[in-house]
Parts: sequence; C-alpha cells; structure tokens
Amino acid sequence: MTTGTMTAPRRMPFDHRYLAPALITCVLVAGQLSFGFLESWSRTFLAIATAILVELLVGRVLYGRWPHLASAYISGISVGILVRSPAFWPYALCSAISIVSKYVLRVEGRHIWNPTNFGVVAMLVLAPDAVAGLSVQWGNTLLPMVIVWIFGTVILWMVGRIHITLVYVASFVLFAALRALLTGHPFLSEVAPITGPMYQLFIFFMITDPKTTVGPTWAQSIVAFLVAAVEAVFRLLEFVHAPFYALFLVGPIANLIEIALKKRTAARPAAH
Amino acid sequence: MKISARAVLALIFAGLLLTPYLVRRFGRPPGARAASGQVDALAQYGFRLTESAQAAGLAFVHQAPTLDARLAHIMPQVASMGAAVSVVDVDRDGRPDLYVTNSGAGSRNRLFRNRGDGTFEDVAGRLGVADLNHPETGASMGAVWGDYDNDGFDDLFLYRWGRPEIFHNDRGQGFTPVATAGLPAWANINTAVWLDADRDGLLDLFAGGYYAESVNLWKLADTRMMPESFEYATNGGRKYLFRNLGGGRFEEVSGPAGLASRRWALAAVAADLRGSGYPDLFVANDYGVSELFANDRGRFREIGRDTGVGYAPKSGMNASVGDVLNQGRLAIYVSNISEEGILLQGNNLWVPSGPAGGPLRYENLARAMGVDLGGWSFGAQFADLNNDGFLDLYLVNGYVSASRQESYWYDFSKIAGGHQAVIGDARNWPAMGTRSLAGYQQKKVWISDGAGRFLDVAQMVGATDRYDGRAVAVADLSDRGVLDVIVANQRGPLLLYRNEVAPDRAWVAFDLEGGCRPERAAAPCTNRSAIGAQVTVFWNGQQQLQEVSGGSGFCAQNQRRLHFGLGAGATVEKAVVRWPSGKVQELARPAPNRVHKLEEPR
Repeated sequence: MTTGTMTAPRRMPFDHRYLAPALITCVLVAGQLSFGFLESWSRTFLAIATAILVELLVGRVLYGRWPHLASAYISGISVGILVRSPAFWPYALCSAISIVSKYVLRVEGRHIWNPTNFGVVAMLVLAPDAVAGLSVQWGNTLLPMVIVWIFGTVILWMVGRIHITLVYVASFVLFAALRALLTGHPFLSEVAPITGPMYQLFIFFMITDPKTTVGPTWAQSIVAFLVAAVEAVFRLLEFVHAPFYALFLVGPIANLIEIALKKRTAARPAAH
Repeated sequence: MKISARAVLALIFAGLLLTPYLVRRFGRPPGARAASGQVDALAQYGFRLTESAQAAGLAFVHQAPTLDARLAHIMPQVASMGAAVSVVDVDRDGRPDLYVTNSGAGSRNRLFRNRGDGTFEDVAGRLGVADLNHPETGASMGAVWGDYDNDGFDDLFLYRWGRPEIFHNDRGQGFTPVATAGLPAWANINTAVWLDADRDGLLDLFAGGYYAESVNLWKLADTRMMPESFEYATNGGRKYLFRNLGGGRFEEVSGPAGLASRRWALAAVAADLRGSGYPDLFVANDYGVSELFANDRGRFREIGRDTGVGYAPKSGMNASVGDVLNQGRLAIYVSNISEEGILLQGNNLWVPSGPAGGPLRYENLARAMGVDLGGWSFGAQFADLNNDGFLDLYLVNGYVSASRQESYWYDFSKIAGGHQAVIGDARNWPAMGTRSLAGYQQKKVWISDGAGRFLDVAQMVGATDRYDGRAVAVADLSDRGVLDVIVANQRGPLLLYRNEVAPDRAWVAFDLEGGCRPERAAAPCTNRSAIGAQVTVFWNGQQQLQEVSGGSGFCAQNQRRLHFGLGAGATVEKAVVRWPSGKVQELARPAPNRVHKLEEPR
C-alpha cells in the first residue's frame, strides 16, 4: 500500500494526500458490504487503530510534532485486508511493525522499505503458524476489479505514477508466459494470480508508493520490471507470497542505489 | 531525531519482531508433545485409543472414483471424497453396526454387522447394499440411516455423485430400493441428513449438492464445472428437501420450503438450535459461507448473517453440534483449511452468545478454545471420550497424501486466487502429478478441560495415523460405556480406535424410541428413530444437552444412542427428554453406568 504521501505533478483542488485513503476506504467498505471479505471488522479496526496510535506516538516522541495520519491509516487498512489470521494479535503486531519500520529502517533520512510490505513479509516469515497472506477475496468476479482499476488508474494518473503499474503488469504477463513455457502449466494458471484482488492492491498502491520508490520515471519503470522479474524467480521456486518477497528485496536495493548515487553526485562539487 | 530515542525505538522494533516467537512459546496452551508411550494416557487424560480394525475384522480400504479423462491432471483432488461411515443397528439386535461406502467403479460398500464379541462380519453383499458403485449410477459419497416408515428398522439413504437411492430395510434381512421415492435421476450429493422438518412423525430428508446436478463427472459436457470462486462460489449443486408423504413416497419441496441455494454443500446437521421444537438446518459449504436455515414450522429461513455465521467465507467441510460449555445449548463446529503461512482460515466453533431465549447469535470461539487449527480439516465429532463430563472433539484431516517431497500448495494457491473464468475451468488447473496437497497430517483429539479450553492429545492417546481422513463416527461398539471412534479414510483403510477409559469415570446413556408406528403415524408422536429428540442430563450442579441426529460431521452418522460422561463420583439428578412431538419426559435420578431404554410415552 502507498504509505507515504504522493507527489502530485498535476494540479489538484484538494490535498492529494487524501486520495489514496479515500480510495482504499471505499474498497474496504464496498468489499465488506458486498462480499464480507474481511476476517472481521474488529480485526481490521484493530489494525487501523494500532497503526494510527503507533504513528502518533512515535512521531510525537521522536519528532516533537503530530504526524499526518494518512499514511498510517492506509497502512492499517492494508494490514486489515492483506493479513489473514484467526487470531487478533497479528493484526496489531503487523501494523506496529509496519509503522515502526518506517522510523527505524532509514538511510540518509529516508525509509527504504514500503512499510506495509515490510510488515507483511515480517509476519509471513516470523509467524507462519499464525498468519497467511490475502489469498482469495472479493468474489473473484470482475466488478470489484473493474472498480479498483478505474479508480486506481485515475488516481495514479493524477499523481503521475501509472507507468509503474503498467510496466509491472506487462512484465508479469511476459514472465507468466515464460513460466508456462518452462513448467508446462497452462498460461492462464500462470496469469491467474494477477486477476485476483490481492494484486490489484499490490500493483496500484504498494509498488507505487512514492516514499519508497526511486525518483526518475525511467528508473521507476526499471524497478517495476525488476520486481516482476524477481517475483518470477520466486514463483519458479514456488513461493506462494512471491510478489511481497520480490518487492521486499528489489525495493530497498533500488532505493539504496539511488541514495548512493545522489550522495556521490552531491559530493562531486566539493571535490573540485 | 535524537540518537537515544532512535536506539530505544530500535530496541522496541526488535521486540516487535521477536513477538511471534514469544507468542508461540508462551501464548498457546502447552500441547501434549511427548512421544506416544512416554505418558500413561489413561492416567493423564483418562482414556487411550487403540487402533483395532484388522483385529475386529474391519478389513476395508477405500477406492476413489476415476472420473472423466479430462480431469486426469487433477484427479487426486477432484476425486477426493467418498469415504464415509455411518453407525446403524441394522437388525435391531441392540448392537451398533457400521456401513462404509466405497467409490471406485465396481467397488463394494460394506455393512459390517457387529457380532457382539468385538468382531464384525460383512453382510452388505448378502443384504443387497454392497454392489452400488457403477458408471451408470455413480459413486457412493455417503449414507445416513433413518426409519422413514416407522417399522422399527432403520432404512438407508445412499447418496452419490450420481443417482441417490433409498433402500427399505426389510427387518434386517435385506434391502429393497424404494422405487416410489421420487428422487432425482442424478445429483452430485455430498451431504444428507434425516430430520422431521414438519414434526409430523415421518422422517424427511435433506440432501445437499456439491457439483451442479447437470454435471456428470464421468461424461463431462465441458470442463467448466469447477467452482467459480474459491470463497464466493454459487454454481454448485442444488439442495433437496424430500418431504415424507408416507407409504414410501417423498415430495421434493426445497423451493417452497425456502432451501434454495447453489452453494457447494459438503456437510449438514439438523438440530433444534432455537428451542422452537423444530429442527433447524446448518449447512457448511465449501468455497463460501455457511448457511443456517431457521425452521419456522416446516418453512426455512436463512439467518446466517443475522446470527453471525454467514460472514467470512471459508471452506466448510464439517457440521457437528455439541454442548461444549455444558450450558444446555448447542455449539456448531465447522472445519476449514489451515496451512501455515499459506492459508489460515481456521476452523469455526460457533458458540451461542447472548441470553438463552433471546435472538440467536453465535460467536466463533474456536481460537479462544484452542480448536481452530486442524490442517486441511474434514470430519469431526463431539464425544466425551474420557467420560469426564465434558465433550471432546475428534477431528480428521489431510487432503491428498502422495509424494512426501512435492507439494501442490503453490499451484493451488495461484489458481485459487484467479478470476472465475480461470478457476472455473478445470483445463486451467496445473497438473497435479504425484504432488501432495496437505498430506500426511496429524489428527486432532482435543479434550476439553471443562473451563473452555481444549488440548490436543491425539499423539498421546494413540490416534497417530496420517491417512487422508474424511468421516468420523462415534459409537459404543461393545456396550462398555465408552465411545469408540471409527474413521473412514480416502484411499485408505477404515480405522477403528477402540477406547479404554479410566475406570473411575461414570457415564449414563439413553436409547430412545419414538412413539410413531406404521399404523399410528398421526401426530403427535415422534419418528421411531427419535431423530430430533433432545436429552438434558443434570448432575453435580451442571447440565449437558444432546440431540439424536440423523447425520452429522462429514459424510457420517454417529450411533443414535446418547452417551453422557459424568466424571468421578457422579450423582445424576435428573434427565429431561424433549421429544419432537412436543412431549417432555423427566427421569428422576437415572442410574449411572447403564443404558436407559426409553420409549416415547403415549
């Protein structure tokens, strides 16, 4: 999920930071009312409340000011949707890990992991007995996907990041074809995951997070391609949660490279 | 940011990452982990189980059906059901017999007659209920028994992926197909229960379809017969309610009775959950939410969402009821799928919440009570296995046990998340080959501590098999005052776990017989099988409610006798019988450690 604020290359008559929270709230409410897709309201509320509380607490204590809560709100909802567990505590813990990671895992003042991606991966790796990822929800029908695609496309176009999504989707389909060739499985079975709801969240919000993606458009496209490529490798190795792991690896590496390059560029004039 | 503050935050962060380990270490109740044999289960848990099928003459291995060749690439998972077991006293000799279904073409079902000396003999062939699996009639999926004509002998309803049939029990000497029953020519039924839906003293029959009835799995019109969704599928088989008209005639009334649903039914149980006197119907559906049909004088109304059970779609594969908190109210157990890190649906234990007599509401306490994670769970039954006065829970699991090195989970997960156009067509499913899917799983024998927690002692008490369990049934097979466990395994042997209970534990049991007779079926009287009758036993300041069932669990039916463990030093205050006819019978101080045979009073 997009847990950082979005840069807005296009002029908007309102605070663009409310776009993503508004969308994801609509997705949440519509999904639950139409399909009952959450494990429970209470678990999702717990995730949201924890994320907001931790954000407030850490932001206030460390920086002495109240942080904007859009990011934490989105993280909380994301956790509530993406995490599946019969227990309550994983929702709170995943939210807490996501938010705290944003403050702890920083390089040159910039957090390098998408917080929710980090939180979800941490839970999948550290608590596989208690947590699974979102697998199948939203009815597997077309309508929710169409709605998410329309709103997601519009929002990403407005904030100038739709190219990331498009590159990733094209790459995924390309690698799906490659995997089908290599494994002998039907092409549609390789494409199937991206038709599911989890991917709609992943491709529209998580991989496009402005705070944890690199700056130049061309570099963003390369990173999107690399996420799909690494995911394809994970899929060939039969990792169920391949996209999360791929972003977990590729995202920070790309950010670190960018940070290093910027640092080097900034250091050059001083050398003369 | 101050460096010290950041250091503190880093420590907190490390603590957060450490939390899952701490929860694992300290958060769950201590499990019974020692190897079997290291602990005296009889002394520690009050019972132990000994697998004794071969010694008892129960030589049976289930054969799965072989379906249309276009399903060959995923055959192990499509042909993954059909092992069923039901308990019936087929000849009224007072000893429970076992009926076991087979599913391979030409394979034979078995009716194991209880000789009374701890052994069984197969009489299915002699009685005409063996040779029932043929391409033209389909493959057996299960059987339930009920005395539909009140002649004193339980009749057989055999449901198949194919043609369902009722067989009249000819006084224990043979069976005759009931040609007048008016059942459909073809339906892919995976669950059925006998119930007296309208309380007219004649047993009616509910049957739930899995695949759509238009699908002939041996001659597919096309391969678009899979569920359209993993959690929201409504393209399954229809439901049937066969109203008993008497004289061996039935009328299909599901539409007017309010049972229209096309969810993928895998298990059903009928019980009076609201105290109305009428049996309500709970249906556990695969690929979707469960359904709870409230019975309003013979007409059903779906109240799943109103009661809380109709949210959070899962993969329902079991429906059984039990008074788990000894509060005189029935909880419902639904089994689902749990696989670490991949799919954690968790099983549901729907416990009635709110005041008795108020609106029916359920709360899922499976996690809180420790019965949520059971692998790829199938059949389960409540039973007081150690006669301590609290219901325990026996659960079998395991989907496809093939290669121990290769797993199909990844392939399964990628297709299960796909759009309906992808998942709904069998052609799109990756080939399974020899891969396992949730195979070789440990069974669960959860014993209740009486305070709302269950502890898994399966490995300790002797339930150590790793077959792909499907149906579980419980019965006191040797009239010893203990409940034995019978397990039907897919592509595996029938298992009999003989139970040995610590001798200081008391018990009491009730064999009920309804008052209806063929010549006296006019209400008010209860069907002769007494299905739907409720008994509440009051002892030592507590109570427990049980109900005679016409089928429960997954493709299973327990012995109709109601067995209550009482614990040590028990004094039974009374037992109250609520007959479906509306009559209430009270027994003052029924003697413990004996079976009370009760006939409905006139």
